[in-house]
Amino acid sequence: MEPFSRFSAVAVPIDIANCDTDQIIPARFLRRPKDDPGYAKFLLHDLRFRSDGSETDFVFNQASYRNGRILVCDVNWGCGSSREAAVNALTANRIRAVIAPAFGDIHYSNCVKNGVLPVRLLSTECEQIRAQLHQSPGASIDIDLEDQIVSGPDGAQYVFEIDQMDKLRLIKGLDDISLTLEHQSAIEVYERNYRKNNSWIF
Amino acid sequence: MPGPRTLFEKIFNRHVVVERESGDALLFIDRQLIHDLHYRSFDELRTSGHVVRYPEQLFATPDHSIPTMARKLADIPPGEMHDTVAGLEHSARQLGFTHFGIADDRHGIVHIVGPEQGITLPGLTLVCGDSHTSTHGALGCLSFGIGSTEVKHVLATQTLWQRRPRNMRITVAGRLGFGVGAKDLILSIINQVGAAGGTGYAIEYSGSAIQQLSIEGRMTISNMTIEAGARSGIIAPDDKTIDYVHGRPYAPSGPKWDEAVAYWRTLPSDDDAVFDKEVSIDARVIEPTVTWGNSPQYTVGINDVIPDPSSASDASTRADMESALAYMDLKPGMPVSEIAVDKVFIGSCTNSRIEDLRAAADIIRGRCAVVPALVVPGSGLVKKQAESEGLDRIFTEAGMQWREPGCSMCVAINGDMLSPGERCASTSNRNFRGRQGTGSRTHLVSPAMAAGAAVSGHFTDIRKLGR
Repeated sequence: MEPFSRFSAVAVPIDIANCDTDQIIPARFLRRPKDDPGYAKFLLHDLRFRSDGSETDFVFNQASYRNGRILVCDVNWGCGSSREAAVNALTANRIRAVIAPAFGDIHYSNCVKNGVLPVRLLSTECEQIRAQLHQSPGASIDIDLEDQIVSGPDGAQYVFEIDQMDKLRLIKGLDDISLTLEHQSAIEVYERNYRKNNSWIF
Repeated sequence: MPGPRTLFEKIFNRHVVVERESGDALLFIDRQLIHDLHYRSFDELRTSGHVVRYPEQLFATPDHSIPTMARKLADIPPGEMHDTVAGLEHSARQLGFTHFGIADDRHGIVHIVGPEQGITLPGLTLVCGDSHTSTHGALGCLSFGIGSTEVKHVLATQTLWQRRPRNMRITVAGRLGFGVGAKDLILSIINQVGAAGGTGYAIEYSGSAIQQLSIEGRMTISNMTIEAGARSGIIAPDDKTIDYVHGRPYAPSGPKWDEAVAYWRTLPSDDDAVFDKEVSIDARVIEPTVTWGNSPQYTVGINDVIPDPSSASDASTRADMESALAYMDLKPGMPVSEIAVDKVFIGSCTNSRIEDLRAAADIIRGRCAVVPALVVPGSGLVKKQAESEGLDRIFTEAGMQWREPGCSMCVAINGDMLSPGERCASTSNRNFRGRQGTGSRTHLVSPAMAAGAAVSGHFTDIRKLGR
């Protein structure tokens, strides 16, 4: 997993409240392997493409935003289905961070586990940044995870909160399984007692 | 002496292997369920140098990719769907975990099969790579949906990192009225809490209306918890729960049963347990409910009209409502009972249990469907039970399709789907854009309301259908 410390990139405003993971990647693509060469197109597919495959005027298709690697979204981004493919569709487009007022819980942890930084800012802050990105298409945002600061297109700074373990995971690019296996002896002791005291479960 | 604790905290605490100061806990996972869309997990795990630690704690059944005309693997034509279903079966054989295959009567939607087989039990931790894993909370089981990286983590370690959620209690007082069921109740709850209102919380449902529900009805409630943003929705085990679990194939028996019941009796939240948030709902005012937008929070009663976005409290909600009305091709002020439907779907992990099929059949009996309707039982055993009660004949004589179990048109990746622009009365859990096929328009309703729409061609107050 690619470590995340400080990152600047063109940001894309997505003005959709309750944008569920079915929008982020429609279910019909869920059987495709992660390395499918067409994966990048699955992201927000039905908003970006018509049934004949031609492009709509959706923000992500506009020339200034095509190299966008940060999304700035509305409330409840990534609600609904637990499909991790939604994050795979983000990473296939080299998107490293999503800023939103609130995230679907499962999507949030799926992001962290794949090196995508989810940033929670106030609804009014997200709205302000999106408005600036519409005014100056192709403008960049800077995110400093160490100091937990987002610098908007106009240089305004926004402090964000993040769980310290999630921060560590992202900064070090840690794989969860190896992290857990460091606790192997604690797990084994726990299991032995648990199995002995709860024989009805096994 | 530990202080007063909630039901959720009691189960959570018992499963903590390691807890960090940050509040992250490594939880021991008693059961993992797995469905076909995760079949690649096993190869990926092997490639990363890990093994499935406890195959005996893993239970699989294919559901998302099952064509509902197929009775055996060979009935699925070569291609993605076949590979997915065959891939899961292959791994099960190779690694030795339990797998209820397509030809097995015990096969079905993973969230129907778990409780039906007694794999789901009170007091356990249970996970599955599917957001509707909250369903199992109806039995007092701490259950939640996870992503595919987490699926592999549980396979490799039988544990999972979780942050302690805050606790929310939703108390539903009173009694649901005639013609009003669990689906109407949970839709009303989501409307009140909001689609993001439960984010970061574990929800406990309590109160007289919850206690009065059958276990099947409680599963409809827990199932849709994720649509209010919470991963986990739990209900305290009581006599009904214990009766439901008793004698199921994977439930404990003999002295182990007594040991289990003694533990389960200790699980309900302590009287003085503190919840971070309390929500009260009055069951008596809930009407048969229909969703009109592209989030399950947008609900109206059957005798209401489509709301006006100008009534929204903020610009973002107003824009969301306006775009939903355009997508759904509805106008503010339109009576809900005048909305005509093109298709009806009765099924999904929300509403495909025997009680759901009985409720639909009660409305259909002696009537004819005037629009195409698909009825998909939740498991092979539900299907057999329904057939033994003659429900299949009620549906087929009304001109409805009676199919093999699976997720079917809830997720619409098995060939059952709507055409662009088609409108469906659906007993499933999500009315998201394109959920039932690109351009599809979904209205979420109860099984009885879906049946009412099937025989009327539009939404109708089932209380006036005279039964």
